[in-house]
Amino acid sequence: MDVRMMLATARRVLSQLRHDHRSIAMILVVPALLLTAVYFLYENETLPPGMPRTFDRVGLMMLAIFPFVVMFLVTSITMLRERTSGTLERLLTTPVHKADLLFGYGIAFSLMAALQSLVATAMAYWVFGLDIAGAPGYVVLIAVINAVLGVALGLFCSAFARTEFQAVQFMPVVVVPQILLCGLFVARDRMNDVLEAISNVLPLTFSVDALQEIAAHAEATERLWQDAGIMAAISLGVLILAALTLRRRTA
Amino acid sequence: MSHSAASLTMTRSGGDAAIAAAALTVKLGRQPVLHALDFTLPPGRITGLLGPSGSGKTTLMRAIVGAQRISAGTLTVLGLPAGTPSLRRQVGYVTQSPSVYPDLTVQANVRYFGAMHRKGKADVAEAIAAVGLGPLGRRKAADLSGGQLNRVSLACALVAHPRLLVLDEPTVGLDPVLRADLWDRFRAMAEAGTTLLVSSHVMEEASRCETLLLLREGRLLSQLTPAELSQRGHSSNLEQAFLAIIREQEAYDGVSPPAQASTRSRDTGVTKQHGSVR
Repeated sequence: MDVRMMLATARRVLSQLRHDHRSIAMILVVPALLLTAVYFLYENETLPPGMPRTFDRVGLMMLAIFPFVVMFLVTSITMLRERTSGTLERLLTTPVHKADLLFGYGIAFSLMAALQSLVATAMAYWVFGLDIAGAPGYVVLIAVINAVLGVALGLFCSAFARTEFQAVQFMPVVVVPQILLCGLFVARDRMNDVLEAISNVLPLTFSVDALQEIAAHAEATERLWQDAGIMAAISLGVLILAALTLRRRTA
Repeated sequence: MSHSAASLTMTRSGGDAAIAAAALTVKLGRQPVLHALDFTLPPGRITGLLGPSGSGKTTLMRAIVGAQRISAGTLTVLGLPAGTPSLRRQVGYVTQSPSVYPDLTVQANVRYFGAMHRKGKADVAEAIAAVGLGPLGRRKAADLSGGQLNRVSLACALVAHPRLLVLDEPTVGLDPVLRADLWDRFRAMAEAGTTLLVSSHVMEEASRCETLLLLREGRLLSQLTPAELSQRGHSSNLEQAFLAIIREQEAYDGVSPPAQASTRSRDTGVTKQHGSVR
């Protein structure tokens, strides 16, 4: 590991993104727009007294799902371009350590994710009056961990795609099942045993669980930290798997 | 001279040579791409790697920079087996298609690859100036012409000041003036002690190299100097000479294994055995 090479990589990835104004705008604005759509979707619901708004539940989960999906897509395409353009092969003939490369990517996209979730969370709180017990800082923290998970999975999946078209196809395979089973649509304890068992091991499940902890408690609970820890461990594990897919020498 | 005798034995053991291959074989899948190559390249020289497209030039270069696993034989680079991690600090590689980031500026590209070798601003500016792109430093690579992009790619390798520079078709798409400039730079680098291996399918460029490796269908036809090439091919036009050698080789093929090309080494004055070995 060499911190300078890692930071140089993060800086390089960010300046690649900086020249791409349209992507930056999409990353920052689209989640806020979708959140607006979710808000108005439940605008006219009639609630029994004391029942929390559906927006407070669904909107909150959306805050964690956006960075995961967006960073998965952005990372897998960026890394695929790196693989196909020859820059990756060239980099791997230099002294750079594979971990410096991958963690450089992780740092760069986590920063973007932090910005994204700051915008989306601010919108949820101030414009739509998101009403949960916990502090918004924890929501942003979970969103960033989710983004790192998206980055790690994106880096890993890019190894199995030859073209950008194939890379995009990994979204329905890797991302959609996690969204379906994370508890957003059906509470996990009401799923059948098979689906619940699958749900239990999918990374996104832990972040939804963490968000529910934040929603229910004013202070950070032990379970929140446990969920965050598991998410971080999974992200690290996937990053290590991704490092194994980077080959300095081809057979 | 004792010096030449010493350098010959050193060369044979692979200790003094910049690159030494012995029975080097590379297979891609089951397909053999390089067949038992034997050669040694002296340090501080420009060696041209010539051959038609598909002859294995890029595979050989990738093996030298450690990006290609070898199937059999040995390949020693700067005294170490190719692919040894410490070689990554000393070997520069410029791929055939420019491997740079199109969405970064020229400076940002060179700075990034420089950072991988802990090089700073001064080295970056020097490398960009060396390829004549000083005035375009802040331009995005995507907005450059093909030839300019090639030069950015070259600057990304020069910034590391490698001891061995491996260049895959570096002059493709360059106009004659730039091409001459670049060859002058290669010569200056070689005089300063850098070893250069330059592939080309333009025979005219062969005359600018000190040693030539002629590759065809994954076999080493010969290792010789440009003068020896024109002599053996009976033509001062190196392209004609190369064609003549290929025809000669084809005549051998199918009848008997190709004869060993015995060439006289220009610098040591000692006869060495080079050439294709089955």
